[in-house]
Amino acid sequence: MNRFDYVKPQSVAEAVAAAAEPGAAFLAAGTNLLDLMKGGITRPQRLVDVTHLPDLSAIETLPDGGARIGALVKNSDLATDPAFARQYPAVAEALLSGASAQLRNAATVGGNLMQRTRCAYFYDPASACNKRSPGAGCDALGGENHGHAVLGWSDSCIAVHPSDFCVPLAALGAIVEIEGSNGRREVPLTAFHLLPGSTPDKETVLEPGEMIVAVRLPAEAAGFAGHQRYLKVRDRTSYAFAVVSAAAALRMDGGTIGAARLALGGVALKPWRSEAAEAALAGKAPGQAAFAAAAEAAFAEAKPSGDNAYKIDLGKRVVIRALALAAAGTPDRLPALPASPFAPVPEGVLHV
Amino acid sequence: MSETASLPTGARMRQGSNIGQPMTRRDGVLKVTGRATYASDNNPDGLLHAVVATAAIARGRVTHLDVDAAKAHPGVVDVMTPENRPALAQDPDAKDHPFMFRMDLLQNDTVRYAGQPIAVVIAKTLEAATEGAALLAPTYEAETPRVDLDGESFEPQVVGPGAPARAETGDFDAAYAGAPKRIEATYDTPPQYHNAMEPHAIVARWDGDRLSIDMPTQGLGMAVGRIAGLFGIPAENIHIRSPFLGGGFGSKGLPAGPQMLGIIAAKMVGAPVKLVVTRQQMYGPVSHRGQTRQTLRLGMGEDGRLAALEHHTLASTSRFDDFVEPASNVSHTLYAAPAIRTTHKATRIDIGTPGFMRAPGEATGSVALESAVDEAAYAAGMDPLEFRLLNYAEVEPISGKPFSSKALRECYGKAAEAFGWARRSFEPRSMRDAEGRLVGWGVGTALFPAVMFQAEARAVLRADGSGVMETGAHDMGQGAWTALHQIAADGLGLSMEETEFRSGSSDLPDAGIAGGSGHTATAGLALHRAGEDVIAKLTQMAVNDERSPLYGAGNVGVVARNGRLVRQDDESRGEAYAEILARAGVSEIEGRGQGAADPAEQERYAMDAHGAVFAEVTVDPDLCQMRVTRLVGAFAAGRVINPRMVESQYFGGMIWGISFALHEAAVHDKRSGRIMNANLAEYHVPVNADVPFVETILVHEDDPHVNALGVKGVGEIGITGTAGAIANAVWHATGRRIRRFPITLADLV
Amino acid sequence: MNHSISLTINGARRKVELDDPRVTLLDLLRERLDLTGTKKGCDRGQCGACTILVDGRRINSCLALAVSFDGAEITTIEGLARGDELHPVQAAFIAHDGFQCGYCTPGQIMSAVGLIAEGQAGDDPERVREAMSGNICRCGAYKGITEAVIEAQAHMTGAKRGEAA
Repeated sequence: MNRFDYVKPQSVAEAVAAAAEPGAAFLAAGTNLLDLMKGGITRPQRLVDVTHLPDLSAIETLPDGGARIGALVKNSDLATDPAFARQYPAVAEALLSGASAQLRNAATVGGNLMQRTRCAYFYDPASACNKRSPGAGCDALGGENHGHAVLGWSDSCIAVHPSDFCVPLAALGAIVEIEGSNGRREVPLTAFHLLPGSTPDKETVLEPGEMIVAVRLPAEAAGFAGHQRYLKVRDRTSYAFAVVSAAAALRMDGGTIGAARLALGGVALKPWRSEAAEAALAGKAPGQAAFAAAAEAAFAEAKPSGDNAYKIDLGKRVVIRALALAAAGTPDRLPALPASPFAPVPEGVLHV
Repeated sequence: MSETASLPTGARMRQGSNIGQPMTRRDGVLKVTGRATYASDNNPDGLLHAVVATAAIARGRVTHLDVDAAKAHPGVVDVMTPENRPALAQDPDAKDHPFMFRMDLLQNDTVRYAGQPIAVVIAKTLEAATEGAALLAPTYEAETPRVDLDGESFEPQVVGPGAPARAETGDFDAAYAGAPKRIEATYDTPPQYHNAMEPHAIVARWDGDRLSIDMPTQGLGMAVGRIAGLFGIPAENIHIRSPFLGGGFGSKGLPAGPQMLGIIAAKMVGAPVKLVVTRQQMYGPVSHRGQTRQTLRLGMGEDGRLAALEHHTLASTSRFDDFVEPASNVSHTLYAAPAIRTTHKATRIDIGTPGFMRAPGEATGSVALESAVDEAAYAAGMDPLEFRLLNYAEVEPISGKPFSSKALRECYGKAAEAFGWARRSFEPRSMRDAEGRLVGWGVGTALFPAVMFQAEARAVLRADGSGVMETGAHDMGQGAWTALHQIAADGLGLSMEETEFRSGSSDLPDAGIAGGSGHTATAGLALHRAGEDVIAKLTQMAVNDERSPLYGAGNVGVVARNGRLVRQDDESRGEAYAEILARAGVSEIEGRGQGAADPAEQERYAMDAHGAVFAEVTVDPDLCQMRVTRLVGAFAAGRVINPRMVESQYFGGMIWGISFALHEAAVHDKRSGRIMNANLAEYHVPVNADVPFVETILVHEDDPHVNALGVKGVGEIGITGTAGAIANAVWHATGRRIRRFPITLADLV
Repeated sequence: MNHSISLTINGARRKVELDDPRVTLLDLLRERLDLTGTKKGCDRGQCGACTILVDGRRINSCLALAVSFDGAEITTIEGLARGDELHPVQAAFIAHDGFQCGYCTPGQIMSAVGLIAEGQAGDDPERVREAMSGNICRCGAYKGITEAVIEAQAHMTGAKRGEAA
């Protein structure tokens, strides 16, 4: 790890000013940043420690019934906040399926959004990576790319975004509140992360010095509370990144789907909301036919970026299952293995 | 007449007051309070930190290191490269015997594998040394590496530590050609890395030409010998402390290159040096399990009886040294077939040299053989357990030798019953759990040879009747501090509290290597005999002394029990040790013992531990994620010294079986030769949630031939059988026979 | 630049002068404060061997910059037992053979103490396994670990009920 200046601002304004300098990075829990620094993937000259800033650690219910989550709220605190988990159960389930209890106790909401890809070539300073060194090339292309993107990738970058939390946030229309030297602005989560295009080094819409101060979930999203799940397929039962994941939420209108929300994880460089799939579900009766059509819609544009065609098939099945689980209703209590295929499956969901 | 020589075997065989008890670990309190000191927990005064810089190419040479940049970093004391590395007394590439592996100790600028040490940075703090190593920013002249098995191969002279590369009984070609039913299948197993939780570490201090070392090792004696050779100092000048290993699994059997670099660095800077490899650096210079491609051909009669079995292994070795995973050799022992042929070939690739990793050869060979046997069972239309029983080996098939003991049939029976095997439906994809997931049941046979090395022990009986037992044994988690203490106490006929047990240090008698599952048998036998030696001397003292109630008891025998010698024919007549010593005016009695296999018995018998493992795998029918929902193993491995510790060894081995079947694999980028998942986030080993149910059954087995203790070994057998059972269960659940390990959900989508 | 922080470690308040902001809590404990019970297994948040309690919550100390923890209350494995009296989790780990080599054990035990304090798993073995999955045990002592956590928790809740009564 390189030497750096450590600064500890007393206010968001001070933090933003301190982080506007070239080579500066915000330090929240550091569960990703320190990992990257230890690996020599990033070498910031200045760390701006925001962990002690006031007023960023609250989970609030807004007057309209929506939720506002301070950027420094710990993942575990959010997931186990009873009121929040009741209103946005898929978010809680996603949080609890991510990383480990220790990491969730440290990692923050803002930090989670800023998580960087686990692409092995990004993590290996000896490999070419356009994200690390623009123009260097992408060694993941033609390399070990079993886990790489099938949606939204480019010839510059085929990495995927690793977050679980962001997937239901994308599905439920979360808004990111950002503070910068020019004041505050808001960006929908789905527009917060950028697809690689020809500039995979540009990962989010944040400008230098800009800082996430909160994430908001609209009140409208609470209308999906009764039917929402997060499903995460993994190569190990726990403590593993998603191979493919999905957050599915339904607002039931009698026997039909009034509205649907669907986002995917592990398939693209951003949490991938599929409005096409959502449209395919609206007004339909919940069931295999509608879910399969939604899955096809979600992956209509998918193509393998390497040795990963299986993720397209798998992704469709994940969509179908996540929708089926959502249709069966949010369980009263999160399962022992959150988001796992080995969590209890309500009757009729698996077609034996 | 010598009383010692006439001691009846009844006295020699006394065992049981401590042996066989499920005692909790003697080192338990130290380990749960954080007071057990592992090598890197030592912080002597004036300590400097050394960090290794490693190669990012797999083949070529280092052309430049920015030593100036590293040295300019605040806190950096020195940088060691091939240009300034202090001379060694021995070429690190010298090789005098198969247990001597070539090491990369900065002998030149050549790079032979990715992750090879190319420099060492020494600094006042760990942070400075770490950054110093990064600042070296090496440049290379890279050549195209090869890291797969597709290149040119050769037939090695030996496989494993010294077994022949081929063996044959009967005429395989004829028998296979004439068999009415045949199967042929090829299985791939990946490179695997031990990944003990404790990374290889060393704290080294020089005092003139005396060297004091804290270092985890599974072989104190061999480490001393290797270090003495490398540094040209007498063995007695070297003291290694290794009271606890944070896991070894074979990777700490022999000193690792980075540990030796720590010693050289300490010499260079003239201060104590701590060097701990990073997790990433454990994927290269500290050994691994080589990849294999195994082809099995099985021929059967119409009745399913095996007529011919061929097991061929192609395995990786490094460009610069030899270790070939002896995977085919499991087929020597497991199933009866009149014609058996086993062969090996090797391919040289640009990797660190493979070596001994938990059940080297047996684990890889077992997963292929057990899969192939399952395929054969289905080809014969038979239940896989029935097929195994039909082809049960009453004698060792390759040699025709009888087994010293073999309670495998009982293992099959007990484990099958506990598992509920009789309720299995034959057809694949025919079982479901209550929620509709696919369920598969598979079986595998476990096998591991009863290996012994050579060990020495010293026993002392003190005037107060208490004892001291010493052997430089190694506790890497198997429970040596406990099990050997139990044997030691029994050897002196004392309680464990009355017996001080000293271990884990090179200034004690050499306990041999903690490997091959042979440590308890070997070091235990040495302790047992050292105790026997003391008791014999004490007995002689007593039976020749007119004032002793044991006077003249030599012919009927004397037994040592609870700190007393008593007549075997009348246990009420006896005397406390302290009294015997006091009357004789002797302050202490010292005894010595050696542990080793009996060559005559080895010639006569095949000696192996056996087991049967049943696995239930549950698979999501759409999402294809798998979970080993139940694992039941029954094992027969001779006498059980401590059932609690033995069970834990089986559990651990079986969980390694889960890992082999479904998780572990180092993934190389074939272009660069680098391992792309050299960490614990992407190189998966099972976590707690992967092990919902595991059960072991200890099957009683008396073995009068393996050694006087009747102990075989339990450390490695658990992985064998299990990995195959799981693969077979995946097949049974899904109807998909995956022949490349680990089996992943992507294989099933 | 020097950074002065104050930490309460196992109940004792101490001032720590940091000459380097790069020092993690893990390396601070092990290399500078001689509290070597906390172990380094991966240094990257991938194994859990370095688990400690910070303000009562379990975290990976390898991914925590010490300088950021001014004022924190830290509990390590050394701070669990009261003299010779083991913490119930420690005792249960011995009784259930919840370890072999012992290297991951301090992290497992601190994680278990944290888990019990979180109160989310109850006595459901599946929840305990999931909640303990951030602590890798290469020896494979998971069965004993799970049993130990459940037993210790029962013991602790029983004791608490006793106190209340």
